Amino acid sequence: MSAPTRPAPPSLRDLRSLTQARIALGAHGAGLPTSAALAFGLDHARAREAVWTPLDPGAIRKALTDQGLASVEIRSRAADRAEYLRRPDRGRALHPDCELVLEGAGTGFDLAILVADGLSATAVALNAVPMAAALAARAERAGWTLAPVVVATQARVALGDPVGARLRARAVVMLIGERPGLSASDSLGCYITFAPEPGLPDSRRNCLSNIRENGLAIAAAAGQIEDLLRAMFAQRISGVGLRRDALPDLRPAPPPDGDGPAGSP
Amino acid sequence: MAYATTLEGTRFTFPDLKSLLAKATPERSGDQLAGLAAEGPVERLAAQIALADLPLKTFLDQELIPSDEDEVSDLIARRHDRAAFAPVSSLTVGAFREWLLSPAADAGALAALAPGLTPEMVAAVSKLCRLQDLVAVAAKRPVVTRFRSTIGLPGRLSTRNQPNHPTDASEGILLSALDGLLMGSGDAVIGVNPATDSLPDYIRIVELLETLRLRLNVPTQHCCLGHVTVAIAAMARGAPVDVVFQSVAGSQKANAGFGIDLATLREAEQAGRALGRCPADGQFLYFETGQGSALSADAHWGVDQQTMEARAYAVAREYSPLLVNTVVGFIGPEYLYNGKQIIRAGLEDHFCGKLLGLPMGVDVCYTNHADADGEDMDALLTLLCAAGVNFVITVPGADDVMLNYQSLSHHDAVFARQTLGRPPAPEFEAWLREVGVVDGQGLLRGGAGELPGSFAEASRLLPGKAA
Repeated sequence: MSAPTRPAPPSLRDLRSLTQARIALGAHGAGLPTSAALAFGLDHARAREAVWTPLDPGAIRKALTDQGLASVEIRSRAADRAEYLRRPDRGRALHPDCELVLEGAGTGFDLAILVADGLSATAVALNAVPMAAALAARAERAGWTLAPVVVATQARVALGDPVGARLRARAVVMLIGERPGLSASDSLGCYITFAPEPGLPDSRRNCLSNIRENGLAIAAAAGQIEDLLRAMFAQRISGVGLRRDALPDLRPAPPPDGDGPAGSP
Repeated sequence: MAYATTLEGTRFTFPDLKSLLAKATPERSGDQLAGLAAEGPVERLAAQIALADLPLKTFLDQELIPSDEDEVSDLIARRHDRAAFAPVSSLTVGAFREWLLSPAADAGALAALAPGLTPEMVAAVSKLCRLQDLVAVAAKRPVVTRFRSTIGLPGRLSTRNQPNHPTDASEGILLSALDGLLMGSGDAVIGVNPATDSLPDYIRIVELLETLRLRLNVPTQHCCLGHVTVAIAAMARGAPVDVVFQSVAGSQKANAGFGIDLATLREAEQAGRALGRCPADGQFLYFETGQGSALSADAHWGVDQQTMEARAYAVAREYSPLLVNTVVGFIGPEYLYNGKQIIRAGLEDHFCGKLLGLPMGVDVCYTNHADADGEDMDALLTLLCAAGVNFVITVPGADDVMLNYQSLSHHDAVFARQTLGRPPAPEFEAWLREVGVVDGQGLLRGGAGELPGSFAEASRLLPGKAA
């Protein structure tokens, strides 16, 4: 082969737009440039804030009301953020004080939607209400009955199981804040479970992740969730057992509670 | 059998060996989550005092997990070398700590002892060690492995260049891999965690890394960290698989959760050896572990997470790996709550792995829901360099954009070289000089991404202006 006469190799700096990775930062000795060090610090601060800021359930419920959606409010057995992070088991269990609240919400629904803080109140504050409203509109068009939206605090994904079971919902859709990364702290996750009951393995759920402004758009996510629900209602199963022939490529739920690579709540 | 200590008239009892070990373990959230931890510092010290008086050979007589129900226990029992154990067979756990710290325990003595030690013994003695002890003993025990580079030589620090990309895009992987090489990272391995686990993607990634390696003529090895069964399938199709990876844990049930058993690993070892890419006297397997993985799979048998982690090393050493890496801060705050717990766990894992004869590296890392930050990682890296860690993981700007956690930056390896005097593997060090990444003193020339002329062949793989 003759030696190619191509332009001189560029700097990786010119190709930074091709990846989110922090390449070609420059170095002073071993140190980062001051601006890169501070940018990293700011991203970490935002991620920590997303984890530790409490969700304001009143504000979420008011926004739901503005969308014409009824709601109730519950909490898990984890008393506060510190306990939530240390005790995932308590985040999966319904607080006994909330059983009456759920009794008042009625029983026998096609669909129950939960809006839960998970590991990012930021994600929920930004994305959960429009996501719930888009789903509710699709449920109405499909003729599915919808339980009052359940706003849950100190909640893990599996809290949807006892809640869905008490509401006697055919399927439960859990909208929950994902563990924040450095580049995005506002990602909402969606876990869908057919025939919810306490103690289900995570392999019984289907999952969409990265729902946010620069990720999976809300309208697109709503369409995918409706497709999944239709398949679940037809096949009477969810999770790894759900045939997805006619569906877009969707992953079964990764292991929750930060022990899977996705580090989901 | 129960164990007891009396402190100033108060009697503390521990009903069995695993509760004694769990309660003697320095505080961590995973043992608290499992309901195994000491109730407070005084009970913990009482357990440590009782543990210090325990004869080391107790661990040969009493199994924490029965070997007729667990193939990892069976492996530990079968492989124990009583002759190698003889020099310390009469010691208590407390006296064993003192012996390890003494000049008698030099590199040769520690290497000879390794087959005589079980994971439970090294876990037990680590519980009586402060951080300085963990550093001092590990620093006396180099473990050297070799593929195209020689990893773990005393006074050196290797790095895994981890060019992950959220969708496994080839150009994204290449850009990050080149960024790392320009910062002098990648002599342990250039290793990608794939976002998907499909065979075609696995093959595409190893072929991409092989092309990069050949164009740069870089003396290192590459790896796609897909599931070992995918690696076996890729090898069967003739893919250029350098390093074969798998996550492993300390019980049969936990390994089943990873979709493997000892036979699967043996099959992978045989397939990789048959490829003949690695020198006959070299190594090519790469295992990852981490405290808490057994508990998260509900497969810990009531044993504390640090002892379960050490048992994973018995699995690893069965196959003479090139690299073993504890992903210490990845699992989350329900297992290791904060920087203090992550730092101690990283040093414990390195200590236990080295005593058992493993080429230990550490992923110095944290997640955003743990109470930890980059300063904790600075402390852990510096301590690990003092302890003689074989390798650490580095990514661009400390931000892994695929796994959404923070590891070390390539910059941190430069810090270890310049401030702590830890050059990379000798073959890679020579290559860095040859291609002009570093100058004659080993100091970085660029760092802002400028590709030297020697990278021309590789940079033609890039899109845009280079094409």
